[in-house]
Amino acid sequence: MRRLIPPHRTSRPFTDRIPSYLLYLFCGLVFFYLIMPILIVIPMSFSSARFLKFPPPGFSLQWYKNYLMSRDWMEATYVSLKVASATTLISTFLGTLLAFALVRGRFPGKNLIYSFAVSPMIVPLIILAIAIYFFYSELKLVGTLLGMTAAHTILATPFVLVIVSSNLKGFDETLERAALSLGASPFKTFLWVTLPIIKPGVISGAFFAFITSFDELVIAIFIAGTHAVTLPKRMWDGIRLEIDPTISAVSSIFIGLSVLLMVFTEFLRRRRKT
Amino acid sequence: MKPLENQTSQFETISEAAKSLRKRNALKWLFLLSVPLLFLITFYAYPISQMLLRSFFDPDFTFRHYIHFFSEEAYLNVLLNTFKMSVSVTLLCLSLGYPVAYLLASLPSRVSNLLMIMVVLPFFTAILVRTYAWMVILGRNGLINQFLLEWGLISSPLKLMHNLFGVYVGMVHILLPFMILPIYSVMVGIDRNLMKAAQNLGANPARVFLHVFLPLSLPGVGGGCLLVFIIALGFFITPSLLGGISDVMISMFIETQVNQLLNWGFAAAMAVLLLVLTLLIFSFYNRFFGIERMVGHVK
Repeated sequence: MRRLIPPHRTSRPFTDRIPSYLLYLFCGLVFFYLIMPILIVIPMSFSSARFLKFPPPGFSLQWYKNYLMSRDWMEATYVSLKVASATTLISTFLGTLLAFALVRGRFPGKNLIYSFAVSPMIVPLIILAIAIYFFYSELKLVGTLLGMTAAHTILATPFVLVIVSSNLKGFDETLERAALSLGASPFKTFLWVTLPIIKPGVISGAFFAFITSFDELVIAIFIAGTHAVTLPKRMWDGIRLEIDPTISAVSSIFIGLSVLLMVFTEFLRRRRKT
Repeated sequence: MKPLENQTSQFETISEAAKSLRKRNALKWLFLLSVPLLFLITFYAYPISQMLLRSFFDPDFTFRHYIHFFSEEAYLNVLLNTFKMSVSVTLLCLSLGYPVAYLLASLPSRVSNLLMIMVVLPFFTAILVRTYAWMVILGRNGLINQFLLEWGLISSPLKLMHNLFGVYVGMVHILLPFMILPIYSVMVGIDRNLMKAAQNLGANPARVFLHVFLPLSLPGVGGGCLLVFIIALGFFITPSLLGGISDVMISMFIETQVNQLLNWGFAAAMAVLLLVLTLLIFSFYNRFFGIERMVGHVK
């Protein structure tokens, strides 16, 4: 903590510094509160104890083995991977299309369409979940991968739209016009001029879409049925029965994924700066 | 909603040809939009509007479900409880988040970027995973109880979850980044020279903070509070796992109506109420901050 104190403060009398020491202490505690639960799950997942014990009495991979050997955990993993991949593909396509049309296009009602397309971000998940559940009950889509993918795509598309359109707004439109005036078709212009420039945005939107689908639980609770049980839904069922350390192992995998996402977005942000 | 800026360039006036081309293209744009819009209407707008209709029909047009809700004290208590919990969580997040945002905004960016990991990593971690972590920590045989028992500080396990305390610990943990990030982004933009000027004019540090810095940071505070409040209103996973029998939030109530009591019409009516509330508060938020801010840190 001492190193964090800006140098000009050190010349002041100690009494002056008390508030900033208090601030450091307070913030240190808040940071601890934020990060500690996430860090603590990881050692627990390598524990050799049969139930949760901290610190773990010994190292073991038994819970990971348990996870990899269990048929229904593996099945849930496949379902999640399939749904998240399909969601990523579809929502990246739809979101980029929307962003391109809404940023570049000139037609009435643009803001209305934009608001409509990003609104799933703020509608409480439970509302979306039951509305889709009622809808799917009629169509017999409950418990299908198709249904799950469509529902997740609704949630993921706004992220792609927001990220890609902010990217599109930031670059020089005259590049596109140059390509058009040199005789390239609009499609070719998009493919060879626009797309390479907005690629970082599209990739980071895709990443967000994947994680949105992979982490989603509330909708899955309603529409998973017995044949489309995703990983979070499987965890949810497990957590309610007992605290099985296998869930710690699965949680650690999720945490690994979020670290990956964080490093990745940071990498993109840095590359943009340079 | 912030208007999408129509970018104008100096070439526009010159090339009239491009302009007429654009006019013809208006239809093309709508054609491009038709695929995503059709998808959104089928799987989003249509189900929501069906739910809206369901709340008014049983099987004929009726306000029965709404009257039922507002005439029963127990139901109103759920709504009131949801409000109380959301307000408490918002205030807790503000009191923890404001100082952290202040620290992050005043440190050199090399250090604050590093500390930002502690805010962003939880932000990117699934809600269920974080809630599970708190169950491991706060449970009857959880880490805190194990520790306290081992050191002989208590003789029987403390009840740290399945009560309001557990819900608040979990919800504040999940929502804190939504408070810190908007406040931080406003604070970073505040001109530090203003504080120096106030100091030179003889104001002591407390006065500088209260009369210069604090008012300038208020837009971030407003944005963060509204955001946290809106998200808290619809919370489901964390209160169901960490809360007790009496800490029912409206989402949990809706879930019970759908999955256990099969009372779809009534559930739809409650969902419509929650939706209207959320949209009202959000339109307020949007007027001042714009939805882009919600994912602003991503850019």
